Amino acid sequence: MVPVTLFAQITASLPMDWSPLWISLETSVVATLVTLVAGLAAAAWRQRRTGPAMALVDGVCLLPLVLPPTVVGFFLLLLFGRNGPLGKLLLKLGATVVFSWPATVIAASVVAFPLMYLTARAALEQVDSRFLEAARTLGASEWRVFRSVALPLAWPGVLAGTILSFARALGEFGATLMLAGNIPGKTATIPIAIYFAVEADDVQRAVGWCLADVAISLALLGGLYYWTHAQGRARWVRR
Amino acid sequence: MALEIQIEKKLPEFTLDVSFKAGNAPLSILGPSGAGKTMLLRCIAGLERAHRGRIALDDRVLLDTDRHIQVRARDRRVGMLFQHYALFPHRTVAENIAFGLKNLPREEQARRVTALLERTHIGGLEQRYPRELSGGEQQRAALARALAIEPDALLLDEPLSALDTHLRSQMEAQLQETFAAYRRPALLVTHNIEEAYRLGEQMLVLSRGRVAAFGAKEEIFRRPPTLEVARLTGCKNFSRARAISENTIEALDWGCKLRVTQAPAGPVAHVGIRAHHIDFVEAGGSGAPDGNVFPCWLVRSSETPFRITLNLRLHQPPGEPGEIPAAELQAEVFKEKWQLFRERPFPWHARLAPESLFLLAE
Repeated sequence: MVPVTLFAQITASLPMDWSPLWISLETSVVATLVTLVAGLAAAAWRQRRTGPAMALVDGVCLLPLVLPPTVVGFFLLLLFGRNGPLGKLLLKLGATVVFSWPATVIAASVVAFPLMYLTARAALEQVDSRFLEAARTLGASEWRVFRSVALPLAWPGVLAGTILSFARALGEFGATLMLAGNIPGKTATIPIAIYFAVEADDVQRAVGWCLADVAISLALLGGLYYWTHAQGRARWVRR
Repeated sequence: MALEIQIEKKLPEFTLDVSFKAGNAPLSILGPSGAGKTMLLRCIAGLERAHRGRIALDDRVLLDTDRHIQVRARDRRVGMLFQHYALFPHRTVAENIAFGLKNLPREEQARRVTALLERTHIGGLEQRYPRELSGGEQQRAALARALAIEPDALLLDEPLSALDTHLRSQMEAQLQETFAAYRRPALLVTHNIEEAYRLGEQMLVLSRGRVAAFGAKEEIFRRPPTLEVARLTGCKNFSRARAISENTIEALDWGCKLRVTQAPAGPVAHVGIRAHHIDFVEAGGSGAPDGNVFPCWLVRSSETPFRITLNLRLHQPPGEPGEIPAAELQAEVFKEKWQLFRERPFPWHARLAPESLFLLAE
């Protein structure tokens, strides 16, 4: 965490509003975690089922990937708005989602979910069923079969899904704008900051954020590649 | 302990419909590929659901469709050795073996793993990952893992098929040792006749989902009940046949009359003789007081390191007009024996000893 705090100190000393950077990172990290859990759970649930109803499940799960993000955002707005079913429920609990930071997480999670779901399913299906069966004959519960056998063996694919989800969450714009709006310091992520900088003819700021985005993405992907590559070589061979 | 099985399961090609009871001796299940052998094991292990039937280990019911009992695989305590071992690739040998021992304290787990490594002769390999092991070592580790849960029955699916000849005999010795110590029902599936004979005490022949023969292996090989079982146990020579008198039959395909010792129980449909039971005698038949000696000509031969297989045409040289197309026998003799008569002029004289002939009812 030292480089991060160091970076935070440097950015704080520069005469510029750095909040979009932190909002973007926080949103993407939280959304990726949400997506990872939800996507894995959905994939594991779906894997052991067949039937015509499953086509509908797949369709719903993949819809956010196919629809324009603005449409997804609009649906979310209907769902979480003052008169929406979930919005009403949350209002009773004293919470409003629309135009708040959690809205950025919700938007990013929903949009990234299909990528996680698809890759996790493919990865789980790749696992040879004999390993799962062997685990069952050895007395393992279904949860243990998943956690101790299926997940470790599907891990490379799940990791790829996580990276894709993070990248998608980081780049999320349309749905976020619909549900979370552009509140500087609260919901304005980097893509939104860029859009409004261009709108306001602040080319310099727009270019700055664009370059920042490129730098973050490169650092992230490079780091992940290095990490998975180093790990890949050491996998399942005696240390 | 006794494993009682009576199940029915519809498969795409046929219905698996078997019932038998296995005691504390190893039982070989022999059958051609696709006979339902593996499916049978999977039903017993609880990995497949039988449509109807009952499976019980003594008083412990694993499946009873009439009473809607279907014990989950994980609660069956039935050890399964998979055809390609199915060792968890991301766990070391020790971790693989300890997988089924999760509920025991750590020291107890370690103690048992050590004991199992010793029993399967792979001590020292506990920290290796499966892909760092040879096929034989993987098989031993998989065996140790299956034995770790102290299963009430052990199922082995083609345990030697993925090994080369040398490892195969070593692993066979390992299995014999394991069975000797285990003394609980052990079912071993194979399509290799010799393996089935060597490893099982009892034998079950499975064909298209049905029990074609079940009993002591010696009995099944000496007197196969049907043509199918005779074929599946490696018999090469058959002829349609009909009884003429109490101890004479006519072999229709071979075009000859044969004396037999075994009185036909019912109407005889076929007669058979194993390739290595065909004997070769001098012309004149001094060593054949009971007849059953026929002139034969060599059609072709094929050698293995120690034996030779001879395809023979009975009664007349091959290719001559009027020959009976099916009158051909396959004989197998040791090369030492072959040296004694290979230079003799044709016809050779083949003797089909009455005690080696077996009669098959339809």
